[in-house]
Order: sequence, then structure tokens, then C-alpha cells
Amino acid sequence: MSLAIRNLNKSFGGIMASSDVNLDIEENETHAIVGPNGSGKTTLIAQLSGIIVPDSGTIHFNGVDITRAPSHRHAHIGLARSFQITSVIMPMTLVENVMMAAQSVSGHSFRFWRPISLERDLRERAMQYLEDVGLKDVSGSEARAVSHGQRRQLEIAMALALNPRLLLLDEPMAGMGKRESGRIVELLAGLKGKMTMVLVEHDMDAVFALADTASVLVDGSIIATGPAAEVRANPEVQRAYLGDLHA
Amino acid sequence: MKPSAPRRVSWGVYGTLFLFLLAAPPVLVWADQPFYMDLLTRVLILSIAASSLNLILGYGGMISLGHAAFVGLGAYSVAIPSYYGIYSGYLHLGIAIAACVLFALVTGAICLRTRGVYFIMITLAFAQMLYFTFVSLEEYGADDGLLIYQRSEFSGLLNLENPGVLYYLAMGVLAGCLGLMNRLIHSRFGRVIVGIRHNEPRMQSLGYNTYRYKLACYAISGAMAGISGFLLGNFTYFISPEMMDWTRSGELIFMVVLGGTGVLLAPVAGTAVFLLLEEILSAFTVYWHLLFGGFLIAIVLFGRGGLHGLVEKLERRNHSR
Repeated sequence: MSLAIRNLNKSFGGIMASSDVNLDIEENETHAIVGPNGSGKTTLIAQLSGIIVPDSGTIHFNGVDITRAPSHRHAHIGLARSFQITSVIMPMTLVENVMMAAQSVSGHSFRFWRPISLERDLRERAMQYLEDVGLKDVSGSEARAVSHGQRRQLEIAMALALNPRLLLLDEPMAGMGKRESGRIVELLAGLKGKMTMVLVEHDMDAVFALADTASVLVDGSIIATGPAAEVRANPEVQRAYLGDLHA
Repeated sequence: MKPSAPRRVSWGVYGTLFLFLLAAPPVLVWADQPFYMDLLTRVLILSIAASSLNLILGYGGMISLGHAAFVGLGAYSVAIPSYYGIYSGYLHLGIAIAACVLFALVTGAICLRTRGVYFIMITLAFAQMLYFTFVSLEEYGADDGLLIYQRSEFSGLLNLENPGVLYYLAMGVLAGCLGLMNRLIHSRFGRVIVGIRHNEPRMQSLGYNTYRYKLACYAISGAMAGISGFLLGNFTYFISPEMMDWTRSGELIFMVVLGGTGVLLAPVAGTAVFLLLEEILSAFTVYWHLLFGGFLIAIVLFGRGGLHGLVEKLERRNHSR
């Protein structure tokens, strides 16, 4: 079992963002979480990545309780995420951004003397990840100078550079054009089976092209979970969520 | 215009400043102008403090309004042992660094839990606590301060009583600190510090315990400011709590902002212009604070990036012609 969520609850004021959520995700499985806006998907991801602490319940990752672990611990036990709202280091170049991630998982950074420019290993690894996500040509541009879609790709490269065993992807295709999102789907398809992936996404075609299993979140509760095809066919799901889109 | 055009560092300006500072003592001695010699020594010593502030403020994004506390601690590390007849410079310097690192770790451990305006206020609060502690120490002169009758001794290697020696020592220490900072900001550690300034939550999610890195940076900066205080105490033969007052911290911030934050050499230029202008304007009129304040506001308003930014803009304009 890669990820085990038990009886997770989180409320903000009177709103239940997570209501008794139970979920098991197997090693190397790609699991999609779908649901309407405001159903608590991002809150769930935030709890899984240690940014929000749940009111009650537990989260275990590979048998380790990470319910209350600070977010900086997650990267070191193999749990990486990309953000729904792009979060990169804008004044740094793309390769510097990815190097920042690679540096994090190659020992500590209390090294004061040796210039980072001499750490060719870090740079080479960063360039490899940039090539994987299709950003090799713009690796020297500052993050603030590239397009929104390219920054989304950068997010994924940074997450991959952490060498994760579980990748949390919060709407990786948000705000992307058709061609760009096609590229991301292709990239994620290539990663399938190599690591566990939890994918939050609105694009239903993308979700069901990638996911092995899926859960549907409505008002903070999981109303259906199982193999992706079954979840898609579930009449309750059709009515509650998918029906809205395919009506 | 390319979006990421390489920064044109104004080497000409900094090179001239360096040569000027290097050549000044013999000329000033020959011209018998001890006043200007003193002024330039002060520029060098306070440049060290301003540069150390630049490390946390410019590179790390931690705006401390309590930096003068470290300078004062450094100066008291000379004054108090001297009061008991202990003149060893090694000991003075050792105490200065140890006291500043300790003060930085203890106060930083609390300050760095906060951010933004809260960080500013809490650094100010700790510095004022130290200020009032020394004001209350009757044994060490309370708010009158302590005279230092003799400068630190370095077993006959350096005679600090000679103004030229103290001058070049200050210059050497400044160069050493800047060299160290240059290595630091290009190292793994430095990249993490810069990354934290730009996007701390992202750095955390990348797996960095940002708190620990900021605390280490704060301690390094404090130690450097302490060394500056050690030199300042020796230079003025005097220390009083006034030297760690929050207005002194404010002046240090201005020196950094005036020069240009996050640029290695800029605070040296900022300190030089700040102190020289203070001298020149106060010679003209007793209302010099008014003119000085106006100048500082103009620099902040129109010269984004301080003097460094201004020079860079001029150079770019000349270049494109």
C-alpha cells in the first residue's frame, strides 16, 4: 500500500472540506480524484502534502504516519507535488529551478564554499528532467519570462527532480492549451507504473486516459471509488458530477 | 529587449571606489588631513556592518531593524575586557563573534518564526532589550558608556594605535567579508537562501527546512556585524548603548537600500555616500537633516535598486546609444 487515508476530517468554519475520507492507493497505481469545484480536492492534496493539518484521521505513506509531518519532510520520504496555482521561483532560470529541487534530495545544503556552478552533476540531472518535460530549449530563460504552460511543465520537472515514489498532481493541465495539455498527458502516460500518482484534474478525457482507479469527491466526501471505468459508469457519479458535463 | 539580459555590473564604478580607498591613507597623511582619514575608516567599518545586513536583508529577504545590536555587542566585547585590563585582540574578537552568534541564535530562533512586519518589530524589540540592558549596567557606564583607553593588541603583529594600520585592517576585513559572502551566495547554501526569499512555501515543499537555513544565515550575518563592532569600538575608543539604538539599525538599512539590496558591493557605495553626504550637508546648514531626508526619499522613489540600479540604468542608456 502506497498511501492509506483513514477517517480524514477537515472543516473550515462550518464547511466540511474533508468529511470522513477513506482511501487506499496501491504502489505504482495512478489514481484520479475528480469532483466539482469546491468539493475539497485541493484541501485533500494540501493535507497529503503537509501544508494543512487535518482535524482528525490519519495519513500513512508506505507505512509511515505523515498526518502531522511538516511539509519539508515529505520530499525526503519520496512524496512530491505540483501546485494548482503555479509556484516556481520566478527570477531564476528554469534549469536553476529544477536544480533547486535536485539539490534538495542530494544531501544537505549546509555547504557554504563550493560554487553551485561546479556541481555539474546537479545541472546535468536538471537538464535531463527539463528535456523529459520538453523544456530543454528554454532552460536558460527566467521562469517569469516563459509561458504559463511552460511553467506548468516546469512544475512537473521540479517534482520529478525530487525523485518521488508518489507524485501529487494538482490540476497539472489547468489553464493550458489543447496542444500543451496533450504534451503533459503524454508525459504522465510515460511515468505511469514507475511511481504512484495522485491526479486531481477537471479534464475528463485526460483523467480516464491516465487513471487506473478513480474517486469522486462531492462536498468533502468520497461518493464512489474503484477502477476508473467503473467509476465513470456509476449512475450516482453520472448524476452527481459527470452528468453536469456530459448532459 | 531580451527579457533576461545579463546584468551589467558596474565594475568601473566599484573599481574606482576600491582604488580610491586603497590610495587614500598615504595621500591624507601627506596632506595632513586626519579628519578625512577618520571619515574613510568609518566608511570601511560601517560597510562591513551594512554588507552583513545585506546578506539577510538583500539576499535572504529578512528585514531586521535590530542589526545595530550586533555592532554594539562587538564594541562592548572590546570595552568590557579592556575595563578589566585585558587587551588581547584575539580574545576581543573571539568574544565578539561568540556573543553575536549566540545572540543571533537565541533571538533568531524566535524572530524567524514570524514574517514580514512582525519580523521587523520583533528584531527591533530584541535590539531594544539589549539596549536597555546595557543602559542599566552601572558598572559599565550605563548610558554614558565606556571609554576604551587602549586598542586591542595582536601580540605585536598589528599596532592598531596607528591609524593607517587600523584603516588597512578594516579594509582587509571588509574585503574578506565580501569575498566570503561571494562564495556563500553562490554555494548550495546561498542558493537556498535566495530561493527562500523569492518563494518560501515552494522551498518547503521542495524539502528544505527553511527555518534552519534562515537561522544559520542570520547567525553568519550577526557574526560579521560583530566584527564590524569590534573594529568600531577600537576606532572610536568608546562605546555607549546609543551605538545599538534602533535609529542606528535604521541607518544601516538605509546604507543598504541606498547602495542597492542584494548586490554584493552596493552597500559599500551606499555607506560611503551616506556618511560623506552627512558630513558635507551638516557643514552647510544646521537643518541638514531636512536636505538629507529629501535626498534619501528621492533615491528610494526614483532610483529603484538604489545607487547601483541608477548607475546600471545610466550605463545601459549609454550603451544603447
